[in-house]
Amino acid sequence: MTALVFEQTLNGLQLGVMLFLMAAGLTLVLGIMNIVNLAHGSLYMVGAYLTVAAFRWTGSYLLGVALGLAGTLVVGMIVEIVVLRALYARDHLDQVLATFGLILFFNELVAIIWGRAALFASGPSWLAGHIELFTGSRYPLYRAAIIVVGLVVAVLLWYVVTRTRLGMLIRAGASNRTMVAALGVNIRLLYTLVFGFAAALAGLAGLMAGPIYNVQPGMGELILIQVFVVIVIGGIGSVRGALVGAIIVGIVDTLGRAFLKPLLGTLISPPAAESAGPALASMLIYLLMAAVLAFRPQGLFPARGG
Amino acid sequence: MKMRSAFRSLLAAAVAGAFAFAGPAEAQQKVKIGFISTFSGPQGVMGQFMKESVELAIEHLGGKVGGLPVEVIYRDDQVKPDVGVQAAEELLKKEQVDFVSGIIWSNVMLAVVPVVTGAGKIMVGTNAGASPLAGSQCNKLYFSTSWNNDQTPEAMGKFLQDSRVNDLYVISPNYQAGKDMVAGLKRYYKGNIVEEIYTKLGQQDYQAEITQLRSKNPKAVFAFLPGGMGIQFLKQYDQAGLRDQLPLYTVYTVDEISIPAVKDAAVGIYETRYWSPDLKNPQNEKFVSDYKKKYGKLPVFYGAQSYDGIMLIDSAIKAVKGNLKDVDGMVKAMEKANFPSLRGPFQYNVNHHPIQNFYLLRAEKTAGGDIEMHIKKTIFEKHKDAYYQECKMK
Repeated sequence: MTALVFEQTLNGLQLGVMLFLMAAGLTLVLGIMNIVNLAHGSLYMVGAYLTVAAFRWTGSYLLGVALGLAGTLVVGMIVEIVVLRALYARDHLDQVLATFGLILFFNELVAIIWGRAALFASGPSWLAGHIELFTGSRYPLYRAAIIVVGLVVAVLLWYVVTRTRLGMLIRAGASNRTMVAALGVNIRLLYTLVFGFAAALAGLAGLMAGPIYNVQPGMGELILIQVFVVIVIGGIGSVRGALVGAIIVGIVDTLGRAFLKPLLGTLISPPAAESAGPALASMLIYLLMAAVLAFRPQGLFPARGG
Repeated sequence: MKMRSAFRSLLAAAVAGAFAFAGPAEAQQKVKIGFISTFSGPQGVMGQFMKESVELAIEHLGGKVGGLPVEVIYRDDQVKPDVGVQAAEELLKKEQVDFVSGIIWSNVMLAVVPVVTGAGKIMVGTNAGASPLAGSQCNKLYFSTSWNNDQTPEAMGKFLQDSRVNDLYVISPNYQAGKDMVAGLKRYYKGNIVEEIYTKLGQQDYQAEITQLRSKNPKAVFAFLPGGMGIQFLKQYDQAGLRDQLPLYTVYTVDEISIPAVKDAAVGIYETRYWSPDLKNPQNEKFVSDYKKKYGKLPVFYGAQSYDGIMLIDSAIKAVKGNLKDVDGMVKAMEKANFPSLRGPFQYNVNHHPIQNFYLLRAEKTAGGDIEMHIKKTIFEKHKDAYYQECKMK
C-alpha cells in the first residue's frame, strides 16, 4: 500500500510539473504584461508539433527538442509583436476575444499543415523502459525524466527571476511598468522577450507531452483549464505560486482519482461511492480552487508588489 | 429606404416564385443528400474519413446515386446536438435535401432524427447507435447502417466468457455511452470483474489508473476509450510495460485512425467489430484498394458505414425508378437491404437496424512493417440488438 501511495504521488508530481511549465509562462505574462492569454495552449501545441516535425526531419531527438523550443520561442515573439502589442491598452475582454481567435487560427493552421489526425510522437529510445523503485513497483523512465526536467527548469527560473538583471527588470516591470520605462528600459523589447520565453516554456511542456498524450489540433485547450486553476490557486504573477499550485493540483487530482472511491466506500455505501467517486474526483481541483478563492482570493503565494 | 426594401422583397418574392415553379422539374433530375458529421476540432478527423468514403461510393456508382445526378451537402455538427439540429433544419428547409445521412455521436443523432423524420424525409444514420432509436423511439423513416451501441461490447463479452477469461479490469469514460458499453459487456460476460473504473470524459493522463490497475493484479483489461482518449491510453499502457504482460480487450479504441498515432503500442490489442479492411468480399476488397489508392491510407469503419449508407440510398432510389416523392416505396426497398454491403451479409431487422456478424480483431504487424487489424474469428453470426422487441414501428 505504501508503494502504491508513493507511486501515485510520483504520478501526481509528474502531472504537477507539466502544469507548472505551462502555468509559469502564463502567470508571468498575466502578472507582468497584464495580458490574459488564452492562446497559451496553442503555443503548447505548436511546441509539440514543431518537435515532432523536427525529430522526423533530423532523426535526432535532442536536435528535434532544440529546434522545437527555438521555433516556439520565435512563434511566441511573432505573436507578441503582431497581435498582443495592439492589446496592452485594451481591457481583458478584448484580450480574451483576440487570444481566443488565436486558438482557432493555430488549430486550423496545424490542421492544414499536418492534417486533423493525431500524429505519432515518440520519445527517445534511451528513455524507453522503466526504473525499479521497489520490487514489483516500476515507473516509466520517460515520466521520471519529465519530473527531473520540470524541477531543473523550476530552479533555473527561480535563479533567473531572483538573481539576474533580466529577472530584476521582469520583477520591476510587474511592480510598475511606467517607472521602469521612465528609467530608460526598453519595455517593449522586455515584453517581447518575456512572451517568447513563456512560449518556449509552454512549448517545452508540449513537446514532453507529445509522447504520452495526443499530438492533435486542439490538444492545448485540454490542459489550459487546469493551468488556469493552478494560477488562481498559486496567485497571479508569482512563479513560486505557480510551482506550489501546480504540484498541489497535480497531486490532488491524481490521488483523488486513485483513492477517493475506495475512501468513500468506507464512509458511504459502496454503490453510492461507485457513482459519486469518479464524479467527485474530477471536480476535486475545482473545489480546491473555490476554497482558495473563498479564503484567500489573492492565491497562496501572490506576487509581491503586484 | 423603405421603398427600396419593399422593392427588394418584391424582387426576392418574384425570384423565389420562379424557382418554386422550376422546382419540381428540377427535383426529378437530381438527388440531394445532406451529410452531417464532425468536420472541425479534434474529432474532425472522423468526419474527414466519412466524407472521403462517401465520395468514393459516388465515384464507384459512376457519379450518380440511384441513376440520378447527385449533390451531397456536408455540414459540421461540432459534436453539439443543437448545432446538428440547426444543420439538419437548414438542409431540409433551405437546401431541400431528399435524404439526411451521417452523424457520429448518439446525443446528436437523438436530437436530429425527429427533425428529419418530422419533415417526412429519410434519415440514414451511419455511425451513432443510440439504444432508444433501436427500441422505443424507432421510426419508419430512420435507418442505421452501423449498429446499436451495445452490440460490439456484447461480442467482446461473449468472447471473454467463451475463452473463460476471469478477473477482468474494466475502464470506460464516465458518460452514457461509457456505461452502455459496460452494460453490453456484462450482458454476456459473467466472470469476475476486479474493478470497474469510470474516468473523466476526455481525460488525458491514465497513469494513475494504470498504477491502480497493476496493484489489483487482473488477468485481463477491458477498455472503451474512443478517439484521443484511446490514443493516450494505448501509449501509456505500453509505456507502463503492460502490453506484453496483460491482454487488453477493447471496443472502439484501436482503429485505423488511432493506429498511425500509436504505432507499435497497438500491436497485440484485441477489438470486436462487424467490419475490417481485411474482410473478404469483392466489394470490400475493391473499396479498400481504391481507398488506399485515392487517399494513401487505410479506411476506417466510420467510412465503411458511410459508404454503405450511400449504397443503401442508391438501392432505394433505383427501386422507385428515381421517383423521390415515393418515400414509402423507398422505405420498403431499404428494408430489403438490397445493396452490396462492405460487410457482406447484411439484412435489416424490424427496427431498421442491421442484423450482422461480429468478429474478433487483433492489431498485428504485417511483413511490410505496417500495423493492421486482422480478423481472427467470428463471434456472432447474424447478431440482433437487444432492443428490437421494444420497437413498435408506426
